[in-house]
Amino acid sequence: MSTLEIKDLHVSIDTEQGTKEILKGVSLTIRTGETHAIMGPNGSGKSTLASTIAGHPRYKVTSGTITLDGEDVLAMSVDERARAGLFLAMQYPVEVPGVSMTNFLRTAKTAIDGEAPKLRTWTKDVKAAMAQLRIDADFTQRNVNEGFSGGEKKRVEILQLELFKPKFAILDETDSGLDVDALKVVSEGVNRAHGEGNMGTLLITHYTRILRYIKPDFVHVFVDGQVVEEGGPELADRLEDEGYDRYATGAGAATIAAASAAAQA
Amino acid sequence: MTDITTEKARIGAPSAQPFINGFTEEGESLSPLNAAESKAPLAGEAVKRHSHGGGVGVPDSSRAGRLTSYKLADFKPLTGMEEDWRFTPLKRLRGLHTEVLTGAAPAVSVTAPDSVKVETVGRDDRRIGSAAIPEDRVSANAWENFTEATVITVPSEVQVDGEVSVLLTGQGTDASAQHVVIVAEKFSKSVVVLDHQGTAVVSENIEILVEDGAQLTVISLQEWNDDAVHASSQQAKLGRDAKFKHIVVSLGGDLVRVTPSARFTAPGAEVELFGLYFADAGQHLEQRLFVDHAVANCKSNVLYKGALQGRNAHTVWVGDVLIRKEAEGTDTYEANRNLVLTDGARADSVPNLEIETGLIAGAGHASATGRFDDQHLFYLMARGIPEEVARRLVVRGFLNEIIQKINVPAIEERLTEAVERELAATNH
Repeated sequence: MSTLEIKDLHVSIDTEQGTKEILKGVSLTIRTGETHAIMGPNGSGKSTLASTIAGHPRYKVTSGTITLDGEDVLAMSVDERARAGLFLAMQYPVEVPGVSMTNFLRTAKTAIDGEAPKLRTWTKDVKAAMAQLRIDADFTQRNVNEGFSGGEKKRVEILQLELFKPKFAILDETDSGLDVDALKVVSEGVNRAHGEGNMGTLLITHYTRILRYIKPDFVHVFVDGQVVEEGGPELADRLEDEGYDRYATGAGAATIAAASAAAQA
Repeated sequence: MTDITTEKARIGAPSAQPFINGFTEEGESLSPLNAAESKAPLAGEAVKRHSHGGGVGVPDSSRAGRLTSYKLADFKPLTGMEEDWRFTPLKRLRGLHTEVLTGAAPAVSVTAPDSVKVETVGRDDRRIGSAAIPEDRVSANAWENFTEATVITVPSEVQVDGEVSVLLTGQGTDASAQHVVIVAEKFSKSVVVLDHQGTAVVSENIEILVEDGAQLTVISLQEWNDDAVHASSQQAKLGRDAKFKHIVVSLGGDLVRVTPSARFTAPGAEVELFGLYFADAGQHLEQRLFVDHAVANCKSNVLYKGALQGRNAHTVWVGDVLIRKEAEGTDTYEANRNLVLTDGARADSVPNLEIETGLIAGAGHASATGRFDDQHLFYLMARGIPEEVARRLVVRGFLNEIIQKINVPAIEERLTEAVERELAATNH
């Protein structure tokens, strides 16, 4: 049983116009076996939260804490966080020319486990996981994400999730840009990983669509860098019907517009 | 990696007759003073002649106009201002451009199957000058000063199993001259490895004759000691339907300048020119290649990849591809990629494509020089891979594309290890 705890997190980025605060005091606790959905309009800071947990150098934590079973995540380097059991499925997976998928997956698995996987079972595991995600076998020979379509990149992110077996998976808009078939395949992958019972899931999404396939236990609504409402799965249904507009009246339409503008920037 | 610029030139049919001599509707193509001697001067009667560049007062803006001669005296002393020397630190040439090259040339030791003929010959051997003519002062200096040459002949229709290995071991720092001739006779098939090791200050001329229908791979490895200075002109002349693959690998040495060229003399031939270089602090690694499409329906493909690390690591890549008026149906592409790993290194990259006919299948050139990308690093580290390992993974992957072209397992393995050693030095 693990706990990922985020307390009063404030995060800024440097822009050409100066320092800009994106997260304005976010608190969140996720435990093994739980699925949390973070929803919100564009520019509300959802992806910033995901990248900050993973340790992207662009995001500066100005106050607050992130701990994993009491360990200070913010003190860890990016690779240490991954080895501690955090996995970020990226919104825009990067192409890494010259590095084959086979080599990459094995190197990462070795780093995370602290020892090289047994070759025979590893190859079998990779093959099986790829088949379930409907990824062609020849992808292993290709360079990491190079020339993959948007949907293929997302499936390869979930492939890594299934192979690396993290304690917590953070899915940063994994559903965006996917057609319904791909969305189902990807959701099944997440559910398989989650179903093993050793993982907590933080699902970041703009749309409610993916929540038909991945059932959240908790829903948090993000607006302008803060959680403005929390609830159970029924909150997602309500968002599906009403959209984010009603938060605009609460927080002020201008805030939403500004947040959207920031996201565009 | 970043900022990849690719240009595909496809030019429409040329006008019948230019209004001004030397000018087409595409602009100036060739110096008019030069037109009479614009054909590649090679072998036979050409041996006794030489061509001057653009002539007095005319800059040799076209590669076709480059001065070529067997006589040192025809080349003016170098100032460093010349187009083909402007990136080279002449002070570090250790006399290759000024001294009489009387030092002991690197010792040559050839390991080859019995089917291959290996000879040591004098200056008057008829095969000397059959494939090459010096294009710069340093090359001409070697031509004037070499005392004996190694001639390697793969006889007609012989398919050589395994590779012909030519080990060239430096004999010290006295400026020296070396000459090697490789003849791949008709319909032969072979791989020749030139393996440069030790300490030398040497100007080298490698002549490569690829006869009709022959398939030849030449791999030139520069794994010199840190104090070596090496200028190497490697000129290939290709017959009809010949296939030639040339791979330059420069890792060691203080200053290494390799100038490969491929000249087509009959249709249907193909060349592939590949290169890999890895410059450390203070190293100057230069490669200038020339592909001369002088006849119709030939193909060329060029890819050079380089990595740089450390203060004053300097690499130069200049790729000259010339499609002459006669070379209709040409298909050519050249690209250079550089990966700069640390601050303080400098990569110069100049792809030059000259097209004198529009009736071609394709012509393109590309160059990209990128830093090791923080986004790559973040992605790999976010999967638990430590920074050091991630860096190696990317560089190894980057250079592996060239290593894979070698197809000689023992050498591929050796180079992979050599690249690992270079990378290990990043930490210091």
